[in-house]
Amino acid sequence: MALKTWKELPIGCVVSEPGSAGEYHTGSWRSQRPVWDDAKCIKCGICYVFCPEGCVQQGEDGFFKANLDYCKGCGICSHECWPRAIKMVEEG
Amino acid sequence: MGKRIGMEVAVAVAEAVGLCNIDMAAVYPITPQSHIAEHLSDLVANGQIDAEFVTVESEHSAMSAVIGASGAGARSYTATSSQGLMYMHELLPIASAMRLPITMAIANRAVSGPLNILNDHTDIMPQRDSGWISVFVENGQEAIDMSIMAFKIAEHKDVMLPVNVNIDGFQLTHMVEPFEMPSQEEVDAFLPPFVPHATLHPAKPVTMGAFAMSDYFTEIMKAKDEALLNSKKVILDVWDEWAKMFGRSYKPVETYKADDADVLMLTMGSMGETAQMAIDQLRGRGVKAGLVKLRLWRPFPHSEIKAVLKNVKKLIVTDRAISFGGPGGPVFSEIKSALYAEASRPLIYNYIFGLGGRDVAVGEFVGMVDKVLADTKNKAADTYEFWGVRE
Repeated sequence: MALKTWKELPIGCVVSEPGSAGEYHTGSWRSQRPVWDDAKCIKCGICYVFCPEGCVQQGEDGFFKANLDYCKGCGICSHECWPRAIKMVEEG
Repeated sequence: MGKRIGMEVAVAVAEAVGLCNIDMAAVYPITPQSHIAEHLSDLVANGQIDAEFVTVESEHSAMSAVIGASGAGARSYTATSSQGLMYMHELLPIASAMRLPITMAIANRAVSGPLNILNDHTDIMPQRDSGWISVFVENGQEAIDMSIMAFKIAEHKDVMLPVNVNIDGFQLTHMVEPFEMPSQEEVDAFLPPFVPHATLHPAKPVTMGAFAMSDYFTEIMKAKDEALLNSKKVILDVWDEWAKMFGRSYKPVETYKADDADVLMLTMGSMGETAQMAIDQLRGRGVKAGLVKLRLWRPFPHSEIKAVLKNVKKLIVTDRAISFGGPGGPVFSEIKSALYAEASRPLIYNYIFGLGGRDVAVGEFVGMVDKVLADTKNKAADTYEFWGVRE
């Protein structure tokens, strides 16, 4: 999406489209990504509970992964995971 | 028709605002508040105006409440001064960035420390860069007129910015003066209903004051600056319209006996009337002195200032605040900056005075002009001095 010029901004930057924050992919801020080792994962869901962005999701197989469109790479899931199943891996 | 009455200026400002069909006012009801808020609360409590009067727990909350109300489409008003204005500071640039046409009276009073709360301009000057339209008034009539016009300017579709009307605390707010109060019919004819650019309404949800990262922040600041610069045209139009309707004309920069003057003095606010008496005294003994009154502080009237200062040799800029450790008073700094690229510039003398409510009498203005004219080697030019300070 092309960035608007200053002349194209709505007065007072009012956002008139509800829920449009979802279009803003905060995952671009990330420098590290969480990687799950399903062999160590006990499916307790503590990563899901602690994710401040609400972007850890449980798959049909019961294992977890992060929605990388929104995961900022904060590492809280990895820190909280007591079976140590989540590693933070450098991006790029 | 309006009628000629005598009244305390702060009370009259509240009466004038009461004619403007406001929907709400939010104020912190104790010191450093003025009679503007007190009398407005009387008008609401007595059922004379149909508005919500919200007594909040702080000025931070007062400004937050008027931001919310204005966002919901209400014509919103507040009044404060001194520490109260300082406490609002955080919210001021938010109101202007959200382009909410809030109107606020500031009964200019000193900021602590030491605790003082008497008249000067040290409260408004730290708010200079908040993105608000800012006007200074000289007398009670002007306080009334500007308070009414502020709504029309703020709410104009090409402006949509908050306005503060600066009325010198005590020296002006607590004076009893004669003036003409417009009638309800006249104000109704002058002031159209408020049509917001967007409103908070559950049926059509919008987000105001959303987050913006570095990819947009610069563009948003540019848009805000352009909005404030462009507001000048509407300000002049509204003042002209007022002049046609009420016969009282206002300009961003006004002069008194300035055309042939060797020395000009520049004031902002209520000191203008005292300075004018000094000019008359000086003229009486053959000194070619004149006066420049700066009414519009933001957007700053660069072209008008340049035009009136084009031919003068010496200029005295008076300030009622100081930028500590900086170039002197904020008005001085602005005037110097406006004239920097001009081929012909006056020598500028900056006197900082009237701080914390100290009176400045006619003779002192005369003394400043005499002192500047006696400075034949221009030693005191381009710097500042605390006028009357005990050495």
